[in-house]
Amino acid sequence: MNKFGFTMTRGRQIDYESNDKSIAEYIYSKEPSFRLCIECGGCSATCTTGNLTSFSLRELHILIKRGENEKVRQAIKKCMLCGKCTLVCPRGVNTRNIVFLAKQAFQIYEGNAV
Amino acid sequence: MKVMQFDPFIIPFNIGLYFILFYVVARSVIWFRDLSRPDKLRLQRGFFGKAFGASLKEIFLEGLIHRKILKNNLRLGYMHMSLAFGWFLLILFGTIEADIFGSKHLNAPYKAIFFRFFNPEHGRMGFERAYGFLMDLILAFILSGLLLAVIKRFYSKVVGMKKTTHLKAGDKIALISLWLIFPSRLLAESFTSGAYGSGNFLTGTLGSWLASFLPAQQMAYPFWWLYSLSLGTFFVLLPVTRYMHIPTELFLIFMRNSGIRTGHKAGSYSEVQIHACSSCGICIDACQLNFSAGITNIQPAYLLKGLRKNEDVSDITFNCLMCGRCDQKCPVGLELSPIRMIQRRGGEGENYFKNVYKGYLRSRQNGIAEKVNGSPSYDFLPENEPGKVDVLYFAGCMTHLTPSIKNSMIKILESSGVNYSFMDADGGACCGRPLMLAGQDKEARELINYNSQIIWKSGAHTLVTSCPICYKVFRESYYLDVEVLHHTQFIKMLIDEGAVKMRFLRKRVVYHTPCDLGRGSGVYDEPKEVLRHVARLEKTKFEDENSLCCGGSLANLKISSGNKKMIAKDAAGYLTKGQPDILATACPLCKKTFSAVTETKVADISEIVADALMEHTVKKNLSKQLRSIKELANIS
Repeated sequence: MNKFGFTMTRGRQIDYESNDKSIAEYIYSKEPSFRLCIECGGCSATCTTGNLTSFSLRELHILIKRGENEKVRQAIKKCMLCGKCTLVCPRGVNTRNIVFLAKQAFQIYEGNAV
Repeated sequence: MKVMQFDPFIIPFNIGLYFILFYVVARSVIWFRDLSRPDKLRLQRGFFGKAFGASLKEIFLEGLIHRKILKNNLRLGYMHMSLAFGWFLLILFGTIEADIFGSKHLNAPYKAIFFRFFNPEHGRMGFERAYGFLMDLILAFILSGLLLAVIKRFYSKVVGMKKTTHLKAGDKIALISLWLIFPSRLLAESFTSGAYGSGNFLTGTLGSWLASFLPAQQMAYPFWWLYSLSLGTFFVLLPVTRYMHIPTELFLIFMRNSGIRTGHKAGSYSEVQIHACSSCGICIDACQLNFSAGITNIQPAYLLKGLRKNEDVSDITFNCLMCGRCDQKCPVGLELSPIRMIQRRGGEGENYFKNVYKGYLRSRQNGIAEKVNGSPSYDFLPENEPGKVDVLYFAGCMTHLTPSIKNSMIKILESSGVNYSFMDADGGACCGRPLMLAGQDKEARELINYNSQIIWKSGAHTLVTSCPICYKVFRESYYLDVEVLHHTQFIKMLIDEGAVKMRFLRKRVVYHTPCDLGRGSGVYDEPKEVLRHVARLEKTKFEDENSLCCGGSLANLKISSGNKKMIAKDAAGYLTKGQPDILATACPLCKKTFSAVTETKVADISEIVADALMEHTVKKNLSKQLRSIKELANIS
């Protein structure tokens, strides 16, 4: 059958009902520059961890904003907080603090460490 | 004449005095008990040994005369000296006066403090008069300092300070009672003198003038009450206000001279330091976050005050560049950065005392909950099998963002002919210091172990790094059997050994000392000597210990990019005032921060050196490369 270049993709729906925004809200309140992100991916490109694993700070930002906290928890373990992402960010987003705050937020809201 | 021996107005003073004496002794015992065993031994040895003399000298010079503040700022020093030293003299000579001229020897303290009330006729002639002159002189000395203090509170520029500390209600009451002590003494003594026709140049003159139009006899008594009440209030409030620094500083000086240091965990010594801060505000003036970015609530004076009051200081703690300027300037010699690091390591503190009165009982720094850390997973870091080399070069994350530094270092290493290997050529693991600065020591330890293994496997005897941040952590937190050198030290060594030849660049250069290299690690001279070797080094107003921070410090997790830029712009402005050709630094992060905000060319020392490298050394390298090409050709 001719598919004309189209394929069927698996369902990728995001269940916003079940997602928990507490961590995103905590970060928004403590680090307002989180809103400035334009998802350019500069941070991911410079990231040492990103070069060695599938870790991507850009993806992490989206996951936090969506409230997919379990994935966030798994991902931020890998960050070394070296700060290169903050230095390359063209929008002046304090990306390092966002990871730091996410770790803090897990302790505060979910009572468990990352 | 019958000498009065007692009057009810002395009761507030007596309550305050005996309360504070008891409190200070009890608190000291608790602090001593909380010391670790080795520190206890140190303090005992220090107290009964050589350090005792040194401590007494320091108490006199710093606690009373305030020599360090005087050196820094004459008017502010005079203010502190007149209050501390003046009060001390007043108590000392007052006690002697009561002892000599009183009805009997060894009097209760109140007899000396309220001497004139009980001996109103005293001091009319002869030796008594001369002694009265001395007492008046001391009182005038204190009052002159008090006048400065009052003016400073409303207009801080008078004493040469740009900012002064904000106060809380308890502090204000204590401050007012402190301010009232000496004027009320002056008026009480003057009225009594006026009524009896005694007194000296200050109390006598003022007294007779006041007595000329006021009923001095009746006016005196309320002022004696006020004097006693203000003393009593001050003493009772002292433990919960910043004035606790007066007794604490004595204890601190003995501890420090015995060799006790802050360390990594909260303990008795950090607790004593927190209470020994007088909130003088010198750290606020030294802080670039204050004078460049206008952030005036995070300085050590406020951090320590927050800790004393058991407030939530988590935002203050992380909003600091850790440049160490305040450590250098603190007149009490508090280890401010280590205290802040202790706070960063702590978890989310839950047990803040909300009740102010519990401040009296707060004896231990038990507000810091042990931080719970999950297991970090840095196991993705690749296994690294380096070849055996003499020198290992670690560029560090920041250097990878400034490739020209990395390339310059490679050029220098190549031309020097040392047997080296580039440890993180493909961007290796972080050194661990950024995690440490965020208070995550356990995670940092994983990276430290990973890097240590690579270094150990390489068999290198020297580790060269381009980044002062890495340099500091390699020296302090890695347990390695290698010599750690910053690249400026390494280049200095190459020059001394004649391994590299350079031409002299006809350029005017100023040097910016990076915080972690200078104040952080004590490396001041090598970078400047290298610069003098290749260019004309000029002085700035911010040399060595007084150097500025570029503002880009990784230690500050909270600062916004706008504020960062303001600090960088200001600092670059100060440094390039003399219009140098190059603003040289020894840190990739400083270079990156500065180059964004200044017109002047910003260069790392390695870049300047690589630029000045003589060509013949490069030729030698070329021939080497040619030879290897030949060898390759032979093989094929």
